[in-house]
Amino acid sequence: MTDLSQALAPARPRLAGRLKLALCIFALMAAVPPLAHALGEPFLIVVATRMMVFAIAALSLDLILGYGAMVSFGHAAYLGFGAYAVAVLSRAGIDDLFLHLLAGIAASAVFAALTGAISLRTRGVYFIMITLAFGQMAFFFFVSFSTLGGDDGVALTARSTVLGMPLLQGAQGMFYVTLALLVLVFAGLYRLTLSRFGRVLTGTRESALRMQAIGFRPFPYQLTAYVIAGCLCSIAGVLLANQAIYVSPAYMSWHRSGEMIVMLVLGGIGSLTGAMVGGLVTIALEEGLARYSEHWRLGFGLILVLVALFSPGGLSGLLRRLGLGRDAT
Amino acid sequence: MFNLFLLQLLNGAQFGILLFLVAAGLTLVFGIMDFINLAHGVLYMVGGYVMAMMMGATNNFWLSLAMVLPLTLAVGLVLEVLVFRRLYDRSHLDQVLATFGLVLVLSELVRIIWGSAPLSVAMPEILSGSVPLAGPVRYPVYRLGVIGVGLGVALALWFVIARTRVGMLLRAGAANRSMVSALGTDINRLFMLVFAAGAMLAGFAGAIVSPILSVDPGMGDSILILTFVVIVIGGVGSVKGAFCAALLAGIVDTLGRMFGPIILKSIMDPAAAAQAGRTIAPMLVYVLMAAVLFWRPAGLFGRSVAR
Amino acid sequence: MTAPLLSVQNLSKSYGALKVTQDVSLDVREGRIHAIIGPNGAGKTTLISQLSGQLRPDSGRVVYDGRDITRLDMAGRVRLGLARSFQLTTLLPGFTALENVALAVQAREGSSFRFLRPAATEGALNDQAMACLADVGLADRARSQAGSLSHGEKRQLELAVALATRPRLLLLDEPLAGTGHEEAARLIAMFGGLKDRVTMVLIEHDMNAVFALADTVSVLVYGRIVASGSPAEVRADARVRAAYLGEEAA
Repeated sequence: MTDLSQALAPARPRLAGRLKLALCIFALMAAVPPLAHALGEPFLIVVATRMMVFAIAALSLDLILGYGAMVSFGHAAYLGFGAYAVAVLSRAGIDDLFLHLLAGIAASAVFAALTGAISLRTRGVYFIMITLAFGQMAFFFFVSFSTLGGDDGVALTARSTVLGMPLLQGAQGMFYVTLALLVLVFAGLYRLTLSRFGRVLTGTRESALRMQAIGFRPFPYQLTAYVIAGCLCSIAGVLLANQAIYVSPAYMSWHRSGEMIVMLVLGGIGSLTGAMVGGLVTIALEEGLARYSEHWRLGFGLILVLVALFSPGGLSGLLRRLGLGRDAT
Repeated sequence: MFNLFLLQLLNGAQFGILLFLVAAGLTLVFGIMDFINLAHGVLYMVGGYVMAMMMGATNNFWLSLAMVLPLTLAVGLVLEVLVFRRLYDRSHLDQVLATFGLVLVLSELVRIIWGSAPLSVAMPEILSGSVPLAGPVRYPVYRLGVIGVGLGVALALWFVIARTRVGMLLRAGAANRSMVSALGTDINRLFMLVFAAGAMLAGFAGAIVSPILSVDPGMGDSILILTFVVIVIGGVGSVKGAFCAALLAGIVDTLGRMFGPIILKSIMDPAAAAQAGRTIAPMLVYVLMAAVLFWRPAGLFGRSVAR
Repeated sequence: MTAPLLSVQNLSKSYGALKVTQDVSLDVREGRIHAIIGPNGAGKTTLISQLSGQLRPDSGRVVYDGRDITRLDMAGRVRLGLARSFQLTTLLPGFTALENVALAVQAREGSSFRFLRPAATEGALNDQAMACLADVGLADRARSQAGSLSHGEKRQLELAVALATRPRLLLLDEPLAGTGHEEAARLIAMFGGLKDRVTMVLIEHDMNAVFALADTVSVLVYGRIVASGSPAEVRADARVRAAYLGEEAA
């Protein structure tokens, strides 16, 4: 994946700029609920919640794809594990959000450790394809599970509770809990990418040979990152299930995995803020277009093709070429 | 039991042949251009729809089938010129972005033109019968025809690749990509040819499958992923590998769906076996692929990657 | 006499019909500089790659410090104190010079499974890395990105990274290639100074450097060692003059 590391090498963003941009985004998002009420458009809160859920998913993928140069095409599986953790536990009478998160994370960790260990034996196109295959395995597992609704999915009776409180019941509560988790995931990943571990991961992306020549074997670090990314993505899954009050295998389809890569490429990989912006913008675009036409995918697809053809590096690449915010994303 | 097995084996081979037709072009695109094309499955779908449209207009199976070839070839050429050729030297991620966008655009276009409801295509009269297979078991002539045509295409491809100048370039390119660019000027034409021919083969597969399955906007998706599995099992860039892997995947998938639950029933109670069988059967091909990659990280016929 | 630090025994490797290493045996004693010279295409880099663990030989053994390391990978050998520098630089272009070295320090010291504390704030890491940079005369470029350094500076950084792994044996693959006169002189002086601490295997085209530094010289031609001995002996060897030194002069 030399093309990837070369594409990334020159634009190692300044840290302060990234943090500033992230804080601006958080502040903007926090202002959405009061703004939506003032405009008399409360559905905006729901849309913004979905945007943030996928921003979390995109952030988690950025750790392995952007920082680790591991192009996973099966990341949506972890969205599904989080979502089905909610479905399974609430069916068993367990409603606590933290237990839901814990279960989703545990399931994801096991799946990621097993499949990651096998996938990391391969490189390049093979890695993309084998992660896709494992994603499809997870997808078909839940599709054929008739007790969990199979293909049709399963509706939840209620949203998770937080320490016994129905904090998520209202759109506003759901929104702010999601925002809080987004901030947490971003902050955690931000620290992680600067840590010793983050340096090893980034170093392996830039030159695996160099890392071996100073005494690192990349495998345990790559696998650990793969597991962490899966666990973080399951948080988005738990939130997605709660937001929709419904769980379906469609969350784990290869389309979702592709969409997550699209978010990253749109926003710019390997900077965290790019992933966050990509997640927010992609969902906003989809929801916005869907309000105009049932054939919104046509316009969305066209935008993707045009961005790929004419704006390599996604939105951040575009900004950079316009001479704006070189350090921003 | 044996008859059933034979029947399913033929069904598996027929499915495998279809996978091969779609995979043949794509594996070359992967191997020679190192290009990730998610839109290949859409061409299979376009083939199905063009077939359905021509049948509606002419009501002549053979004429329609003959029309599918130039039309899907043209679609392939247009896509190559407008989109793909600008992405050869970009990163895999840009390629994923663009071709994912193309999947959305083309599937939605199909929905707008033909609607979401499945269309069916009538089988030609002479192929609609069945022939005796073994004892009382009969097998549809049309499916045998599909197997025959697929083998014919495989043979033709083998001839092109093993015996012609273009084939020499393809083999060189799949073995060592930088070699192709060293071989000179007609590299762009070679890429275009591979793309267009691959599109035509995929479209052809979509057309001949239309009387067996129905034509619907989702048909490209399901075959695309299986095609990837086939390519990776066979080894990226290897048409021979794609052929073997396609048959293997087709047979494993078909037999697994049929016999998985039966075998499971002998070791657990029927209800649980039915559930487990339904769960495991669609995953079998992916298990197969993971297993192959575990032991041979570059696929069955792939050149080993330096690690 | 003590056992050699590195003992290469009957090493062979071929790519198809091309024999790149043919039955190579050599001993490197602790505290010495052992130079390997030979015309282009003699298989010097291939040999170094087999010593460092990047390539597997087809047959033969590599024994380091009394231990058979033929099957050990590169990272494992580095941890035993066997480091190499690369002819074509493989530095991390997006990392600063300091970060490149600090990563090598990190590989040696403490766990890299630390997830939250920014590595840039670890004083011990940075101090040791700075010391290595100062050793090669690159301290003032510590904050520059490796990708933006000049060719000579990259060679120096390459060395600093190798030194940061605290090697007992350093495999140097043409460390002077592409450096200017002054830089080369400085590096030669540095190698001389390092001799007490580190044993070196040196591949180099610059004959002045080789004969100034090396205790032993082996001559590699077409993957085979044709002569081995002190610089004076090798210089006097008729076969060497014919096979190699003569070729240079012609």
